[in-house]
Amino acid sequence: MASRVKNGVVKYFKDNIGIIIALLAMCIFLVIFPRTRTTFLTQKNIFNILRQNSTNLFLATGMTMVIILGGIELSVGSVIALSGCVAAGCVVNLGLPEIVGFLAALLVGALVGIFNGFVISMTDIPPFIVTLASMNITKGIALVLTGGAPIRCMTDAFKFPGAGYVGPVPTPVILMLIVFIIAALIINRTKLGRHMYAVGGNAQAAQFSGINVKKVKFIIYAYTGLMSGLAGIVTASRLYSGQPTAGDGAEMDAIAAVVVGGTSMSGGSGRIGGTLIGVLIIGVLNNGLNLMGVDSNWQFIVKGFVILLAVYVDWIRNKKAGR
Amino acid sequence: MSEYLLEMKGIDKSFPGVKALQNVSLQLKAGEVHALLGENGAGKSTLIKVLGGIYHADAGEIFIEGQKAQIDGVVAARAAGISIVHQELVLVPYMTVAENIFLGREPGTSLNVNHRKMIEDAQRLLDTYEMNIKADMLVEKLTIAQQQMVEIVKAISFNSKILVMDEPTSSISDKEVGFLFETIRTLTKKGVGIIYISHKMSELEEICDRVTVMRDGQTVGTRVVKETNTDELIALMVGRELTNYYTRDFLEPGEVILKCEHISDGKMAKDASFELHKGEILGFAGLVGAGRSETMKAIFGLAPHMSGEVYVKGKKVHIKSPIDALKYGIALVPESRKTEGLYKVQSVKYNSTIQVLNQFIGKLHVNSKKEEEITQKYIDLMATKTPSQDQVIGNLSGGNQQKVMIGRWLATDPEILILDEPTRGVDVGAKAEIYSIMNELVKNGMSIIMISSEMPEIINMSDRVYVMNEGRVTGCLDHETVTQEKIMQLAAN
Repeated sequence: MASRVKNGVVKYFKDNIGIIIALLAMCIFLVIFPRTRTTFLTQKNIFNILRQNSTNLFLATGMTMVIILGGIELSVGSVIALSGCVAAGCVVNLGLPEIVGFLAALLVGALVGIFNGFVISMTDIPPFIVTLASMNITKGIALVLTGGAPIRCMTDAFKFPGAGYVGPVPTPVILMLIVFIIAALIINRTKLGRHMYAVGGNAQAAQFSGINVKKVKFIIYAYTGLMSGLAGIVTASRLYSGQPTAGDGAEMDAIAAVVVGGTSMSGGSGRIGGTLIGVLIIGVLNNGLNLMGVDSNWQFIVKGFVILLAVYVDWIRNKKAGR
Repeated sequence: MSEYLLEMKGIDKSFPGVKALQNVSLQLKAGEVHALLGENGAGKSTLIKVLGGIYHADAGEIFIEGQKAQIDGVVAARAAGISIVHQELVLVPYMTVAENIFLGREPGTSLNVNHRKMIEDAQRLLDTYEMNIKADMLVEKLTIAQQQMVEIVKAISFNSKILVMDEPTSSISDKEVGFLFETIRTLTKKGVGIIYISHKMSELEEICDRVTVMRDGQTVGTRVVKETNTDELIALMVGRELTNYYTRDFLEPGEVILKCEHISDGKMAKDASFELHKGEILGFAGLVGAGRSETMKAIFGLAPHMSGEVYVKGKKVHIKSPIDALKYGIALVPESRKTEGLYKVQSVKYNSTIQVLNQFIGKLHVNSKKEEEITQKYIDLMATKTPSQDQVIGNLSGGNQQKVMIGRWLATDPEILILDEPTRGVDVGAKAEIYSIMNELVKNGMSIIMISSEMPEIINMSDRVYVMNEGRVTGCLDHETVTQEKIMQLAAN
């Protein structure tokens, strides 16, 4: 058993060595760099990075599965807005308990996912188009429901998932860990996980294999919707409000994390372990640029080049390995 | 002037870790069809890529009509009169034939293409080679064979003296092959030299003048086709005598295990009825498009509008999906590895076990040891050559990929195994091994249905042969009485 665990760890490092080195290099730089030396490696800052990037991890775990399937999911950012508003609205406008608000938010996320999954598995319309449409629809619903204004909700219970603590650890960090473990189990230890790779790698072959291609697609998109709902709860909770403009562009950060993590956009291959590192790389990058006092407009430019560089290095490595 | 149109001398080419070509030499005369023969991985493609300027040789010289040629790129190769028709067609489907032929060198200015001139020029070329194709047709409307013709015309239109054809008949029907050969003969009469890559021995005899055999990155001999025979060539290719190419012990078959009546899928399969006995290999012959694959897919639960009756061991069954088929002990290894079988970017292990996940994935637990055992069992049984279980399957040769495919379905422990073109794109060595494994399987009580378009394979391996034409079974021939002529009569009707 112990040796199996050891093998697993060794394999994890071997599979992800390129991005692990990139992440470490960034951290070492920030530990040495004069302006960030005292601020970067503190418990507060580390928890801060994890808390801020927890929602990206929720989205990225689902996005990893979707991209392994050979698809894409653009509506996740809008779901953050809608589900956050629903959660806050339930509490503030309907006077329901917070837990009901949170469940309603999860339900909203799942429903958007089910809608995407249904259309994508039942028709040949490309996932890009379907989710582009649902992105707009979802965002529109959030704006219509709120009239464009945020719904403020300051109760302690509402603040707990995003801004609260369990002992010394921020709640979103715990949620992040749980979500990651669930995703890793689904991908690596279930038949659904294997089927995902089959559908994304060669859908026709998957049919010959007797894999229910439609069902696999449906489940994954629904799951991704659910995770976006969770991200909506945490975001609203952290902002003490449901905001119809929250999560703008979040889908792009999730896609970036997945791609930096070594998952191929062409489907059929990918690693959830890499996605975790991808999320951390983007998180540390954002944090480091902030600590260094880089102008926020410039941050976009740096981030763009870093994403390209990370994927380029991975591409070179795969090319050398003859894959 | 030199005796040879093309001479390649002492070509070396290495990739990291592999010597792909070692001291390879090849001579091509004007007006001859020169076959290049060898198992997958013998170095044929690498040699062709060196000739086409895609790879740069590490050492060696190339002479064209006695003049030393410097081929350091695709453009240089084309300028030297070399054109290659690749195995996979690279035409743009939504463009016309003429646009494809003149792609990248359209007549007129870059802003104003002279379409009329382009179509006229293309039509003249097509007519020169007596091809019955209209230059203004969209490529997607053409048959595969016609697309191949367009590729050839395109290659010739560069005024090529040397034409390389990489397995040009791998995806076209017999009738279309005849057409292709006519074109080849027209070309050679005009003095074009053709290098012809193929696995099919019968084609060699029909169309080729000389043959050069490659093995392990070296040329092992050149023969005049009329003065050699299949056995000698196979021995050269595999480096040893293959005593029994077709291994088959014909035993008395058992009771009927599968009975199908009036199978139809609403499209290609119209009304097919047949019986399969326990322990026999049942051949299915017919022309491309006769509905053989479609019939089997319908039985396997892959046709939504299937009609007809299927009886397994005398009991009527309803198969709605491949999962149902597996339950009744039926497995199907599909016709096209690439599009219907392989998970190309995944490992040999993944590809071997995708059908039997139940055996080692439990509740959130993967029994990796069991997974490896299953994989190894079928690597051993099929004698698959792979560096490791974790090797990406796309990197294996066609023969080894096919062995993994067959192994995948054998892992489901079927009683009835349907093999659709089991040796397509597989080299001779691996072919012989697959035949011998099929023989072992039926000896151990399995029953096999084999769809094949290769006559020798059908004739030598089958206990009985059903022939199909236009979705219907038109006859059944016994092992003792089956001949190529009888099959063709029933197939063409």
